[in-house]
Amino acid sequence: MARLTLSDIHKSFGSTEVLKGISLDVANGEFLSLVGSSGCGKSTLLRIISGLETPDRGTIEIDGKAMTALAPKARGVAMVFQDYALYPHMTVAQNMAMPLIMARLPFHARLPGMKWLTPHLAPLRAEMAGQVEQVAQQLHIDHLLERRPAQLSGGQRQRVALGRALVRNPTLFLMDEPLSNLDAKLRVKVRTEIVDLHRASGLTFVYVTHDQVEAMTMSDRVALLQAGTLLQVAPPATLYAEPQSIDVAKFIGSPEINLLPVCAEPEGLRLGATLLPLSHGFKPGTDLIVGLRPEALRLSAPGLAQLRPAEGPELQLDMVQASIEDLGSEIVVHGAVAALPDIALRIRAQKSLQSGVHKIALPERLSLHAPMATAVIFDINGKRLDPQSVARRQEALA
Amino acid sequence: MSHITAPQSVALTAKLRQTLGQIRPAHVVVTLVLFIGAWLMIFPYIWMVSSSLKPAAEVYDADFSIIPKTFAGVKNYSDVLFGQPYPRFMLNSLIVCVGILAVQLLTAVPAAYALAKFRFRGSAILLGTVIACLTIPINVTSIPIYLGLVKVGLLDTYMSMMFPFFVSVFAIFLFRQFFRGFPDSIIDAARVDGMTEIEIVLRLILPAALPAIAAFSVFSFVSHWNDLYWPLIVVQSQDKMTATLSMMQYQSEFDTNYGRSFAAATVVTIPMLLVFLFARRAFIRGITMSGVKG
Repeated sequence: MARLTLSDIHKSFGSTEVLKGISLDVANGEFLSLVGSSGCGKSTLLRIISGLETPDRGTIEIDGKAMTALAPKARGVAMVFQDYALYPHMTVAQNMAMPLIMARLPFHARLPGMKWLTPHLAPLRAEMAGQVEQVAQQLHIDHLLERRPAQLSGGQRQRVALGRALVRNPTLFLMDEPLSNLDAKLRVKVRTEIVDLHRASGLTFVYVTHDQVEAMTMSDRVALLQAGTLLQVAPPATLYAEPQSIDVAKFIGSPEINLLPVCAEPEGLRLGATLLPLSHGFKPGTDLIVGLRPEALRLSAPGLAQLRPAEGPELQLDMVQASIEDLGSEIVVHGAVAALPDIALRIRAQKSLQSGVHKIALPERLSLHAPMATAVIFDINGKRLDPQSVARRQEALA
Repeated sequence: MSHITAPQSVALTAKLRQTLGQIRPAHVVVTLVLFIGAWLMIFPYIWMVSSSLKPAAEVYDADFSIIPKTFAGVKNYSDVLFGQPYPRFMLNSLIVCVGILAVQLLTAVPAAYALAKFRFRGSAILLGTVIACLTIPINVTSIPIYLGLVKVGLLDTYMSMMFPFFVSVFAIFLFRQFFRGFPDSIIDAARVDGMTEIEIVLRLILPAALPAIAAFSVFSFVSHWNDLYWPLIVVQSQDKMTATLSMMQYQSEFDTNYGRSFAAATVVTIPMLLVFLFARRAFIRGITMSGVKG
């Protein structure tokens, strides 16, 4: 149980600045994901939290206690590594007991062969073995306790690593891409197991991943990191619907968000020859970018089912279809705006809407309908324009 | 051959032809080169054993033969084994070799761990220094070390025999290469679990590095057992003499009994021959693991 507070963390390796002032609060019992593409500094941040790296500047607090200068073992954190990092020549039981041995036994009693020379510690040893047994049962690996890591499958090793982290009752649970070495099917399974573990233990989790699906499905909040700065920290749904910048919008969501460059005019936003029915009162001549999620777009064409009339203003564009990905339950259509062929578009549609069309055969020329209520608008530097101020301006214009 | 029936003989000929068909000129050349190489290595040894069975006069006989004309083996070997405190020499050799090896491991393992796994200022220069030291032969440092030992009055002691070899740059380099392959994440996990660096070395690195340590141990033991140069310089009294050095006793300016010298050489090499036969794998790995011969 712990609240983690990072303030203004800086870290450089040589001349490369990896972290450029990270401030972050993780609430007690929260599951926070650190997401970002590789090299964004997320693993370094996790290592700084664990104490394996020291920040150049900034402070780390756990439950209000300063941890910045403390060694990893003094912080009461547990960490699970991408490659599991099990001790290769020790059995599963020995692996899992190691953090307990290190925390409870004095140095002389940890030396090899001291088991027989320190009989007064036997009850303590038995108690630790009992704890290992209990955690092993919880993770369903109690039948593997006498095996060595080399004799285990990837999923089993992952569970042993989780067990080794759990057994010491950590205040903070750190995970560094723990699922990326598992195959796709097992990954989904362990994903739910970790979520269950979080719920059952009530511990604070900090979870590093480059996989947005993991971040979106598992976490209470997601912290999106890019080039050493935090772009946005928000619950997954907020991050998806209200991205604060183009980078966030592009990173979250698959297929990627559609981005249309437009220019503000007194009567609306101009996209090529089309005028978007959005009068937000932007200064005429301003270049803006309109973001539309692929699943917000609808298609119509002769031979397809009629669309229900949209609520609110809707943009209609002619589109040239380039390719179709059939994912079974849904299809993804790739194409371009007819008037602006270099603007790629992605449309996601439920397959049932295709009214019994099993083999997808869409005509090349389609009509695209985009409800403007779902649009997010960014300035030319990629910063989200405050929805409130946009609404206010719209009102003022009306 | 009369008991081989016709079909059998046909089958045999076919098999022979098949075997001969697989022989390629390249194989013949390789085998020949290996044979010559092996002969060059083994012939001096055979010569030594043969000479150890001859009386002194026959060793230099122009009419050389492997089989001695006059058999003096019993006399030569009993002179070596019983005419001098031979067990004492063996014990001295053992003390020196084990002592050197123990301190070498004690110094090389922590140094190699630091060079392999720590980033600190000057670590690259230190590693460069270690590699550069690999190129310095003992002959260069022997005079200053000798003078130093004279100054502190340590000549003719076990310490003086072992001292120059306590730090083996070869071992540091070998172990460093080996430790570098040890996954960093396991070391990190150990740090999070609360292990100190010494415990990381003892509990994790050493068990994983046993093959390298075994290989180096054999290597170090053999080379110091065979070392003649350094004991010859620092040892004067007979009770500190190593087995290898004891061979020199039979040499004098005027009259050297070569038969007995060769018998001594044979006896001295036998323990190493046994070590090599038992630990051949570790020995070969020791040389090939780092691509360096120490």
